[in-house]
Amino acid sequence: MKDLLWLIVALPFAGALILAFAGGKLPRALSAAVGVGSVSLSAILTLIVGYEFLGDTTPYLQVVWQWFDVYGLSPNIGFHLDTVSLIFIFIITFVGALIHLYSAEFMWKEEGFVRFFVFMNLFVGLMLILVLADNLLFLYLGWEGVGLCSYLLIGYWYKDPKNGYAARKAFIVTRIGDAALAVSFYILFMSFNTLNIQNILMEAPETWTVGSGIAVATAFLLLGGAVGKSAQLPLQTWLPDAMAAPSPVSALLHAATMVTAGVYLIARTHVLFEIAPIAQHTVAIIGAATLLIAGMSALYQHDIKKVLAYSTISQIGYMFLALGIGAWSAALFHFMIHAFFKALLFLGAGAVIWVMRDEHNMFKMGGLWKKLPITFWTFLIASASLSALPLITAGYYSKDKIIWLAYASDKGSKGLWLAAIVGAFITALYTFRMVFLTFFGKAKAEPTHRPGWMITIPLVVLAFFSFAGGFIELPDNMGHLTLVSNFVEKTLPATTLLSLQPSTELIFQIISAVVALVAVFIAYKLFFNKPFPAAVPQRNAIQQFFFKGWDFDLVYDKLIVEPMVFLSKINKNDIIDKFYTGLAYIARQLNVLLSATQNGQLRWYAMIIATGAILILTIIFFP
Amino acid sequence: MILVWILILLIGTGLLAWLASRWSTFLPKLISLVGTLVYFGITLWLWLGHDSGIDSEGWIISYTGNWMPSFGIQFKLGMDGLSLLMLLLTSFLSVICVLVSWKEIKTRVGFFHFNLLLELAGITGVFLALDLFLFYFSWELMLVPMYFLISIWGHEDRIYAGKKFFLFTQASGLLMLLGILGLYFIHGQNTDVYTFDYEQLLGTVIPKGTAFILMLGFVVAFAVKLSTVPLHSWLPDAHTQAPTAGSVILAGLLLKTGAYGLIRFALPLFPEASHQLAPLAVLLGVISILYGAKLAFAQTDFKRLVAYISVSHMGFILLGIYSFNEMAMQGVVMQMIVHAVSTGALFIIAGSLYDRIHTRDLAQMGGLWRQVPRMGTMGLVFVMASMGLPGLGNFIAEILILIGSYQGPFKVLTIIATMVLITATAYALRIIQKVFYEEERKVWVIPDFGVREMIVMLSLTGVILWLGWYPSSVLRMSEVPVQKMIQEVRMSKSGEKEELGSIDKNTVYNGGDFLNEKSMDVKKENQAQKIKSIKTE
Repeated sequence: MKDLLWLIVALPFAGALILAFAGGKLPRALSAAVGVGSVSLSAILTLIVGYEFLGDTTPYLQVVWQWFDVYGLSPNIGFHLDTVSLIFIFIITFVGALIHLYSAEFMWKEEGFVRFFVFMNLFVGLMLILVLADNLLFLYLGWEGVGLCSYLLIGYWYKDPKNGYAARKAFIVTRIGDAALAVSFYILFMSFNTLNIQNILMEAPETWTVGSGIAVATAFLLLGGAVGKSAQLPLQTWLPDAMAAPSPVSALLHAATMVTAGVYLIARTHVLFEIAPIAQHTVAIIGAATLLIAGMSALYQHDIKKVLAYSTISQIGYMFLALGIGAWSAALFHFMIHAFFKALLFLGAGAVIWVMRDEHNMFKMGGLWKKLPITFWTFLIASASLSALPLITAGYYSKDKIIWLAYASDKGSKGLWLAAIVGAFITALYTFRMVFLTFFGKAKAEPTHRPGWMITIPLVVLAFFSFAGGFIELPDNMGHLTLVSNFVEKTLPATTLLSLQPSTELIFQIISAVVALVAVFIAYKLFFNKPFPAAVPQRNAIQQFFFKGWDFDLVYDKLIVEPMVFLSKINKNDIIDKFYTGLAYIARQLNVLLSATQNGQLRWYAMIIATGAILILTIIFFP
Repeated sequence: MILVWILILLIGTGLLAWLASRWSTFLPKLISLVGTLVYFGITLWLWLGHDSGIDSEGWIISYTGNWMPSFGIQFKLGMDGLSLLMLLLTSFLSVICVLVSWKEIKTRVGFFHFNLLLELAGITGVFLALDLFLFYFSWELMLVPMYFLISIWGHEDRIYAGKKFFLFTQASGLLMLLGILGLYFIHGQNTDVYTFDYEQLLGTVIPKGTAFILMLGFVVAFAVKLSTVPLHSWLPDAHTQAPTAGSVILAGLLLKTGAYGLIRFALPLFPEASHQLAPLAVLLGVISILYGAKLAFAQTDFKRLVAYISVSHMGFILLGIYSFNEMAMQGVVMQMIVHAVSTGALFIIAGSLYDRIHTRDLAQMGGLWRQVPRMGTMGLVFVMASMGLPGLGNFIAEILILIGSYQGPFKVLTIIATMVLITATAYALRIIQKVFYEEERKVWVIPDFGVREMIVMLSLTGVILWLGWYPSSVLRMSEVPVQKMIQEVRMSKSGEKEELGSIDKNTVYNGGDFLNEKSMDVKKENQAQKIKSIKTE
């Protein structure tokens, strides 16, 4: 069945194609069936292929055709399945299918219903290409493709110029990273004469010495691509604006596709980072810095989706931190768990916003736990998982592993651990601030209705995984189950640990458990049942600074955007053209001058002749 | 002989169409549609029936006839893989041009089609000529009909644009004539054979300084056609003012004659001088890429915006050609084709929009997606193509040029050129935003693309997708000609004779390393030694 791998990718494309051509004529229910069905079939196929793959985990390569062959650059349209890409395609198709099902109800009344599903299908298909591609160029196809789909979906409600702005911002900012990624291809091709990922990974350690300039440059360029797509410092600014998209899109963007691409890229090219230790350390530092900065911003948002957006940036920061300290399996484990609970949070938030008549402000909600019980309980489970409440949530096992390894890995340090633990505190604080404001306290508005089954089912399924997904990988001193790391380490190297006392891990676990619980308690004290006015909260200057995402936008606007726009405005008419029009002007003036001498008056001609004669004679006789 | 028949077919159809306009306005359209379809059929047949095994043995088809033997002027035509690709492109676009002018052109229909087909004949001649005099003749033949197309059927400022186009091309064409004559006389003095024959003129020994000056004559003419900054300023006016078919031909074919001229004539005739020129040419190429993109972003006129996109895309061609690298050169060939398709399509969209709302001002559009979703979808596809989105043909071209030229000596400039990925996104998304997104600024009640227009757009979409996913069909055709060209140029540099024609991957691999003389073999050996030493340790 492994040879059906290509079909997993092809199905979403087929769905998009059918909808694009026939969507306008099909009844809405049938369109929805095609849109949801294609991705669901992909998910089922992934399960089948994955089940077979578990029996024999040697990487599997399927070449569909050769893309082109020009003087050594001969990339394939080929899919490479190993344990890492299997985890990714499982999450993409499975979570993707649930989100599609949810969208069928959520988007039912929209005018561009078919358009929506075309883009969503494409999004899933291109993301699958990204994680399955066997060479960097084909990966880049998926990479750019998801950028396009994010643009189209963020700008889905295109009538509002603000949405268009957010969409363009997302595309352009990520393209900055893409340009860096493209440059890395030049270097890689020059050195290895191929862009096939596996070949590069095999040859790189033999060709490049550890820490050599070219290796470091390449790793940094790859990192540039990764921070763009994954919304890490300094290119994180597009993600909060991307909330202009419909909620299911946000769920897909944040959980299964797009933002995890950077994590995948670094994990996939891990060898190149290992031979460039500086670059790998930078990955960790970027992750740590991002998780703190984004966490602080999340604390001061009033828009429920913005809280989640900053939370995604922050959680991807954890994954980067894990990648940077060589905790490859921990990063992928957290990616997986994060996909479940973050998709659930967005879907839950979407449902809340929907039934509250497009109200995004948490301060205008409240008391919803009785009115929307299923949404509330599933949202609570996801929030607990995000906050990493000890023992009972999946998020605890995945995040605690990163926090522990930030200290215990040979590339870790006390500073990184501190950032991670402070980040964990902030995470729990803003998460439960959001829960208490939205679902408790006095009801400030009535929901219009309860969501139907197509919304409820994805919520419940995702809630189950947000709770139970963590038990497949348990710490050494609590059952010692290592399903995920065993699986991942068939492809990626294991984390090297410092030799520490066994009791150290227990102490660190207790610390992080306590930190999370204390944060929830503080959130309870500050936000539970407090009579906040139903409006945008007042903020002082510092809070405003955090609210605005540390004013990165302001800096970029002033430093880059405005000068560029100014430059293009003043030179709209192309200064170079002035030279040619100037030439034409001079010619025309000369023409005027000369034709003025042709005035038909005899005395004028006579005078000219006389003057000319005198001049010539003067020149002849007085040289 | 078939090559001659193609020219006769085009000119004959043109005359016939003009004649037929005496009786009806429908007949000329039909005649030129049939004529161009036959042309397209012939090139398709040539392409499909072409056996790539014999590519290395010279021309696929050639024809030599006497013209003015006393001056050494022949009627010599020849077609290799590169010309065949160009002919395919020309014939494909000529059908498209006839179709898009179907309703747009309402006055003097017969004369319009006469000019259109004469223009196409000139272009075809340029792509086939192997005699420099014939080449110059065809080159000038392209000029006059295009001047009429712009000045008679163009938009409001057509006279000005037509004159500007004429002056730029005419002046630069004269420089080329001087270059041709200089070459003719030097070759004559050297060998006592006075001839314009391209193949005989190859390898003429010319003093270094003279060669550079003569080459400049050629290069300036080609650079004007390529609209290289700072010689580009005719292009925005001409493209904007021309009728749709004119814009499509200008962008799709006329600009390509410049690129073709560089590849076919400037490089092989003056290999050493080309090396001297390379740093400047690449620099100008990169400037064109970025400057064009920046200006495109600033425009408020839809067609003008697309015109500046052309400036930007043509910069890639200069960058690719003067990197003297097979991969970059293959990218150039690809770029010639995909740019014709993508920019042509954008001009068609702009043109059909103009037909419907009678303005090209972006500020008057907006929110059109709901009114014309098909047009919007097509617009999206080709806007994405112009910004080089993978999966569409332009990506293949750009990435080949960029990776290829990075292997050569101009690494920093290549990296700077890569920034166009960002600027291109900015101008491309601006089109979508201003035309199709946002609220409607004015209420237009306009029909969406009809059947005829959809046939045109879907065939263009098909081509751009096909080239994006299976570019081999083009790249395979141009492989041998490109390789010959590069080796000729490289030979002059290194002085060593390499076996032409045979494709030996190992010699091909060292594409860019002609300057530091470090071949892939040496590299591989070094690698093997390293591995050994590591293992023994």
